[in-house]
Amino acid sequence: MRRVDTPGTGGYFPRPQTARLKANDEGIAMDSYLTPYLPILVLLLLAGVMCVAITFFATVLGPRRITNIKEAAFECGSPTTGDPHARHSVKFFLVALLFIVFDVESVFIYPWGALLRDLNGDGLGWFAYFEMMSFMATLAIGLVYVWRKGALEWT
Amino acid sequence: MEAVLFYIFAIGVVVAGAQVVLRRNPIYGAVSLVACFFFLAGIYVLLSAHLIAILQVMVYAGAVMVLFVFVIMLLNLKEEELGEMHVTTMKGIGLAAVLVLVGFIAWKALTPVQFARDMAVNEQIHGFGGVKAVGNVLYRSSVLPFEVTSLLLLVAVVSAVVIAKGKI
Amino acid sequence: MQAFLDSLIRGWGHDPQTWVWTQLIYVAFMGLFSFAVINFAAVTAGIFSWAERRVAGRMQSRVGPNRAGPGGFYQWIADAVKLLTKEDLVPTEADQFLFRIAPYFMMVGFACVFVALPFSHRLVIAEMNVGVFYIIAVTALIVVGIIMSGWSSNSKWSLFGAIRSAAQIISYEIPAGMALMIPVLLSGTLSTQGIIRAQGPWPWEWYIFHDPASFAAFFIYFISALAEGNRTPFDLPEAESELVSGYNTEYSGMRFSYFFLVEWGNMWVMSALATTMFLGGWQVPFLPVTDAADKIAMLSGGWTVLAELASIAIFTFKTLFFVFIVMWLRWTLPRIRVDQMMNMCWKYLVPVSFAAVLFVAGWMLVIHAVPALDWIMRIVLTAGGAITLVMFWLRTLQNIKDTGDKFDFTSNW
Repeated sequence: MRRVDTPGTGGYFPRPQTARLKANDEGIAMDSYLTPYLPILVLLLLAGVMCVAITFFATVLGPRRITNIKEAAFECGSPTTGDPHARHSVKFFLVALLFIVFDVESVFIYPWGALLRDLNGDGLGWFAYFEMMSFMATLAIGLVYVWRKGALEWT
Repeated sequence: MEAVLFYIFAIGVVVAGAQVVLRRNPIYGAVSLVACFFFLAGIYVLLSAHLIAILQVMVYAGAVMVLFVFVIMLLNLKEEELGEMHVTTMKGIGLAAVLVLVGFIAWKALTPVQFARDMAVNEQIHGFGGVKAVGNVLYRSSVLPFEVTSLLLLVAVVSAVVIAKGKI
Repeated sequence: MQAFLDSLIRGWGHDPQTWVWTQLIYVAFMGLFSFAVINFAAVTAGIFSWAERRVAGRMQSRVGPNRAGPGGFYQWIADAVKLLTKEDLVPTEADQFLFRIAPYFMMVGFACVFVALPFSHRLVIAEMNVGVFYIIAVTALIVVGIIMSGWSSNSKWSLFGAIRSAAQIISYEIPAGMALMIPVLLSGTLSTQGIIRAQGPWPWEWYIFHDPASFAAFFIYFISALAEGNRTPFDLPEAESELVSGYNTEYSGMRFSYFFLVEWGNMWVMSALATTMFLGGWQVPFLPVTDAADKIAMLSGGWTVLAELASIAIFTFKTLFFVFIVMWLRWTLPRIRVDQMMNMCWKYLVPVSFAAVLFVAGWMLVIHAVPALDWIMRIVLTAGGAITLVMFWLRTLQNIKDTGDKFDFTSNW
């Protein structure tokens, strides 16, 4: 069973099945490949505008009686000591680096996952499987290395 | 519609990119970078490169930005350590180089090519730029580069540990 | 639904292909749906805030909010009004601009998830062919918001909380992404609606009972989602006994409430995503919808509406069930330590999730060759799940009987 990338039924703004290229010339009708992405833009703008509006509303409604104590940073009632932007442990840096590596790996795995069915349909199933297995094995070596070096210990 | 969106995104990219360079405060630079990536993702969508658009947000705005911020907090430069804004000869040369490069690219890019419509046609026919279209190229015909990528990632993991842990 | 809008325009006597206002109508309706969705998110988050306090009260043998309205239900409205009329404080030491916009980042990133999140058979704002990927990606905005709020507050507690939170969210994004990979593998599409269409209405057709690895993946996803939403037992970023309140320490009034709106709204998002990916989503029994045949669309007139409503009800019920479990966990499990949190992610969930992906891929290829194995495995797992649930239920009944516990609807309620 082969699945196509374009969706079928459902969705308020499914990608139209019919080509709208004719209307594209004047830029009148919506360009079909943008259709699923326009709601994102609309929602993004609307959410931002609503947040700002509500906050503005709240500032108007709320009282404004500013005192120095209120405006100070919270430090359990005593004056702030030291630098609030203290230097942070290198552990966080390591976590972020590891995350990027594994994030990129998952980026490579996702299209493979979406395609495995199709590849299997073309008789390439096991080929694709071992292709990905060797890819993951290399990364597994990396994880084992990190583990053995103690970089995963949070001490 | 498409042209309007393109100009909005393009101006956003340029403005946010300029902010990254011009801001003295590194955190502002990082936040501007995120904004820049988002506008760039919008442009990728306009080019019907859906997968790249999503990856732009996921890998750059998500992962790389967090790494940058962690590094900024690790170094923790003070306002006074950042120093004043100076106009030096090097910056002048840099600006000139950027202008020349931008001019060159603009000159090349403005040569009329009917890109947009071809893209739309491609999209209609092959699902161009989608996850499966990219995957088909990657896993069928580019197997060796794909496997080599894993070695690259392995090197990245090892070097991350070497840098962060110091002692081996 | 573009078809619906097109027919609407035709009803007004215009051809949607050529009419000048078509685009505007589309955008207007997108705006309308987006507005509805944002309000839905805010209202559910509000109601969850009430529900959580009631559940907490019940689990700790106390009452919880019970003054405003029946069962204290209007408490969340009262809270909203209170937060709206509070003073908007910005500390003098704080970075004024970033401090003000950080909550908006959180809200916008959170609202964006709803674009690809389905509600029923037809009710989804946009059916994207990169849906799952998109949902994982926009979570990034929340991390940006958290880091901005923590850094700009210029307070130690905020910064500690933000950095911890960012490290936690990015770490758990890996196992969560890998676990969500498994339904993608099985269905062969990244579209959320497509994944639901590839499953069926009955439990043995759900992906959770497809094979042992997808069963494990469901729990990996659930644990990771808890961590990404900063829910107990992973609420270290806002550990009130050590960090005051984490990244939102310095916030007050409406800006503060955005953070909590996101936290409670996230419960819906994570549960809805679990339902979509592993539990058959909105599929209605006896009316399976697949890519090939859409039984709901084939119904006529009022029955379609009824089936549509049924699909909304089923999806909502499954989602709310998991929301309840999330609350239940919060009042049952103690908070774990940072090192335990990191160990759990990198030493257990990450390797197991990668192994699960490989197992499922291999299993797919095996059942492609021997289809009978598929059904045997599904039935065995479903039976196992059912037996576990029944035993759990009996045990709970036994406990209730032994302790003489009873839920009093009259006095405390």
